[in-house]
Amino acid sequence: MSVIGVLALQGAVREHVRSIEEAGARAIEVKRVEQLNQIDGLILPGGESTTMRRLIDSYGFFEAIREFGRQGKPVFGTCAGLILMAETVEGQEDGHLGLMNMTVARNAFGRQVASFEANLDIKHVGESIHAVFIRAPYITEMGTGVEVLATHQNQIVAAKQGHYLCTAFHPELTDDNRLIAYFAAMVEQSKNTLAS
Amino acid sequence: MANTGTERVKRGMAEMQKGGVIMDVVNAEQAKIAEDAGAVAVMALERVPSDIRAAGGVARMASPEITEEVMNAVTIPVMAKARIGHIVEARVLEAMGADYIDESEVLTPADDVYHLKKSDYTVPFVCGCRNLGEAARRIGEGASMLRTKGEPGTGNIVEAVRHMRQVQSEIRKLTSMSDDEVMTYAKEIGAPFELLMQIREEGRLQVVNFAAGGVATPADAALMMQLGADGVFVGSGIFKSTNPEKYAKAIVEATTHYTDYKLIGELSKDLGNAMKGIEMGTLEANDRMQDRSE
Repeated sequence: MSVIGVLALQGAVREHVRSIEEAGARAIEVKRVEQLNQIDGLILPGGESTTMRRLIDSYGFFEAIREFGRQGKPVFGTCAGLILMAETVEGQEDGHLGLMNMTVARNAFGRQVASFEANLDIKHVGESIHAVFIRAPYITEMGTGVEVLATHQNQIVAAKQGHYLCTAFHPELTDDNRLIAYFAAMVEQSKNTLAS
Repeated sequence: MANTGTERVKRGMAEMQKGGVIMDVVNAEQAKIAEDAGAVAVMALERVPSDIRAAGGVARMASPEITEEVMNAVTIPVMAKARIGHIVEARVLEAMGADYIDESEVLTPADDVYHLKKSDYTVPFVCGCRNLGEAARRIGEGASMLRTKGEPGTGNIVEAVRHMRQVQSEIRKLTSMSDDEVMTYAKEIGAPFELLMQIREEGRLQVVNFAAGGVATPADAALMMQLGADGVFVGSGIFKSTNPEKYAKAIVEATTHYTDYKLIGELSKDLGNAMKGIEMGTLEANDRMQDRSE
């Protein structure tokens, strides 16, 4: 069974752990860098991206997560996690982890009163998937190698680049586990490939 | 199809704050310090609770310029306080685009009988609670997030500890009850029966519950996390300390790594002085903010 870690510095960790387990994988909460050696895939959960970034820097996660990705191990970012994966963030001088070749806008759909739920068709994953957007970002520009998986109001809200996956919404807040199951399958496949 | 203001979107917003620290600020400069330190949100106020306590008189919603100044200064969510039962203050904050409203006993209540019907609003609300009955009543009215009341502006953790333990202990009691005992328990604690049945089933509240009211040091924040808080509000504790920047960072890190005692020890070095604090026995009955609502 593959093991999926959830970066547990801040945010909706418990919900991801539940949905990973429901998707049939083992979940662990990652609080220390050494734990990255115990996992086959990593989820960067929803929360506050500025807070998470500060804690990522304080505890040496920045290079460690980039190295984890370079080894070909899958990473999935939801909402704040998507922002952390981007090469460039609008209005900020520096990007974050730069795992994905894209530019994102934070709080792009507006403040909390504009937060919403909607049903989306997501390429490779399924139709009419329930999505919860909370002060959500979206992707404004994409470079080569990035594939659009879903849009909402003509904005890109889910994308994939090789073994990296991201969504602007929170699949972990619903009972619809199809996206997590899709990521779990990516992790299982990469584990088998890396082992051979 | 897109729905705003749903229960899931409002409660979900609070879920995203888990494991984080929400800091009281009174201007843009403090808001920036809080954001840079890693706060997950700021609470825009005219005065921090200890100054409200010192000033006396009627404490109201902050003037809109302050809330706006803070909203323009940071990209993290901005919360603001409305008086208990003050429908118009709450609607004004919602119209201004505040991300969360605290219907708060720190301000002088506008209604000494009724709380807001928070389910009517698009903006989510956080409310204080001292026990399970109060928690369930607030959830019943539509609160999307709870916090302990503690005793605001005292820098004394004892009341927040009491309230967190009380809620946890009543949840444990509820989950061990047989289902035919729940109605009588609902009557005793004045809680909606259906909500208690759900809490009994799940073993926890329907919304997140943060600690608030007396957190003054990194160790206080870690203590509340260990007692089961989902996150921490710090009111006067940061900007009434002698080194707010360092203090704010230390409290954020202690909240994340609340069982790493060696780290908390390191974080607590060279912090300067915590706020002075008030011993509960010296407070008169009418100085107790936690008793302003039920």
